[in-house]
Amino acid sequence: MGSHTITSRTPGVFYHRPSPDAEPYVTQGASVSEGDTVGLVEVMKTFHEVKADAAGTVSRFLVENEDEVTIGQDLVELET
Amino acid sequence: MTAARSGAELPPGRLQSVLVANRGEIALRVVRACRELGIRSVAVYSDADARAAHVRMADDAVHVGKSAASKSYLDEDKVLEAARSAGVDAVHPGYGFLSERPSFAAAVESAGLTFVGPPSSVIATMGDKAAARALARRAGVPVVPGSDEVASVDEAVAAAEDVGYPVLVKASAGGGGRGIRPAASADELRTVVAEAQREASSAFGSDKVYLERALQGPKHVEVQVLADTHGGVVHCYERECSLQRRRQKILEEAPAPGLDPSVRSSLCDAAVALAREVGYVGAGTVEFLVEGSGREAAFFFIEMNTRIQVEHPITEWVTGLDLVAEQLRVAGGAPLSVAQDDVVCRGAAIEFRVNAEDPDQDFLPSPGTVEALELPGGPGVRVDTALMAGDVVPPFYDSLVAKLAVWAPTREQALARGRRALAEYRVDGLPTTIGLHRRLLDHPAVVDGTYDITTLETWLAG
Repeated sequence: MGSHTITSRTPGVFYHRPSPDAEPYVTQGASVSEGDTVGLVEVMKTFHEVKADAAGTVSRFLVENEDEVTIGQDLVELET
Repeated sequence: MTAARSGAELPPGRLQSVLVANRGEIALRVVRACRELGIRSVAVYSDADARAAHVRMADDAVHVGKSAASKSYLDEDKVLEAARSAGVDAVHPGYGFLSERPSFAAAVESAGLTFVGPPSSVIATMGDKAAARALARRAGVPVVPGSDEVASVDEAVAAAEDVGYPVLVKASAGGGGRGIRPAASADELRTVVAEAQREASSAFGSDKVYLERALQGPKHVEVQVLADTHGGVVHCYERECSLQRRRQKILEEAPAPGLDPSVRSSLCDAAVALAREVGYVGAGTVEFLVEGSGREAAFFFIEMNTRIQVEHPITEWVTGLDLVAEQLRVAGGAPLSVAQDDVVCRGAAIEFRVNAEDPDQDFLPSPGTVEALELPGGPGVRVDTALMAGDVVPPFYDSLVAKLAVWAPTREQALARGRRALAEYRVDGLPTTIGLHRRLLDHPAVVDGTYDITTLETWLAG
């Protein structure tokens, strides 16, 4: 078992869910396939989906919902 | 409305201090107007903006929260608390952020402060699509022909006979261009309405749809109005704003090229009638779609923006008015500085929006650091920006970083001046829309002023 970290391609604000009232895209322990959406980054009032670039199980979130993130920052850790 | 004031006991007509509840170029614009009027200005700022120009140039500044807009500039309680702690007597909301939130204007009013804008009830009315449309009808202002909500396919087909084809099927709960489908005939409409009801039901939780006539190649033309608390209402002529991408304006000009003088006159009168009907106060913009050309052109009300507009500098160029100063005068209880006959439209002005976006990468937002900056200058050139060399463009806010506005005696000269100023403009460190504007000024429909709301997107797709 290895681990893989999904990083942010843009600076901005990270969200766990598509809208404030919606369910989170994924939760800890969820299994994801490559290309699945695991979060959202808002940059200059536009929203960009964060896609898993590997398959695995979500072991933990490295940033909280609504946290500010920088380009390249670690967002989600997967067990692969 | 300030009903308690009678003509005999007018206040001095002057605010003492204003909280500027915004950031970037518009915050700086308001700070500058305050300075010229002898009003103390107090800026607000987030973590990301601690060293921003609007903070440096205001008389005072209050920190309102973290960098995310929702935790600072969009937080009504924090902004109101900043106003209280700074001891100001008014709040200027700028555009965007809290400027068109009736709840914020009402909270400012309840706190005994002056909101630099119309009463909260007016913001609420004009922010409600159906209420604004009904009000326009009462004021005798044409609206885009449309139906009430239709409950079935048969009802939709019957309603379309009155509205006239082609129609747009719109979800009542939709907005921002979502949930809109065209239909050119009754057959097509039957399919489209069924689809639209299904989509609206899943997307918006309501399957209610209505019909609107699909205008052919319309232009977006808007009229600037100013109103005071003494019954004074004037228009400041129109702006042509059809060059849009995804409903975001990119280039605007005043006056609207090719607009027939009799149509212009009716359009401006309609905007004044609407402002009077709703009891408007301050600076506002009435937006219309114009279909057809010459004396036969027809115009239809779409919405009113109850705030200062991004593109206000071009109106200031052609009229010589200071719209932000008029807002502050009116908020202090003074009458407008002009009557309608004093407002004259002279020459031609064009505004180019400089956004931190990469036109070569589908307008990807491009926050970053400005390594070097050379601003255009010379005759007839105005740059509104809060961006200085070395500044960081944060990822948290709108991508607009500057506005270049040029004026010249004729439209042809204004185009030449625009080309010249854009050639002088240099921003190093992040991509912007400056290069796009240079190319856009060679587009034949821009050169001859015949562009409409489809022109920019068609050109970008080509």
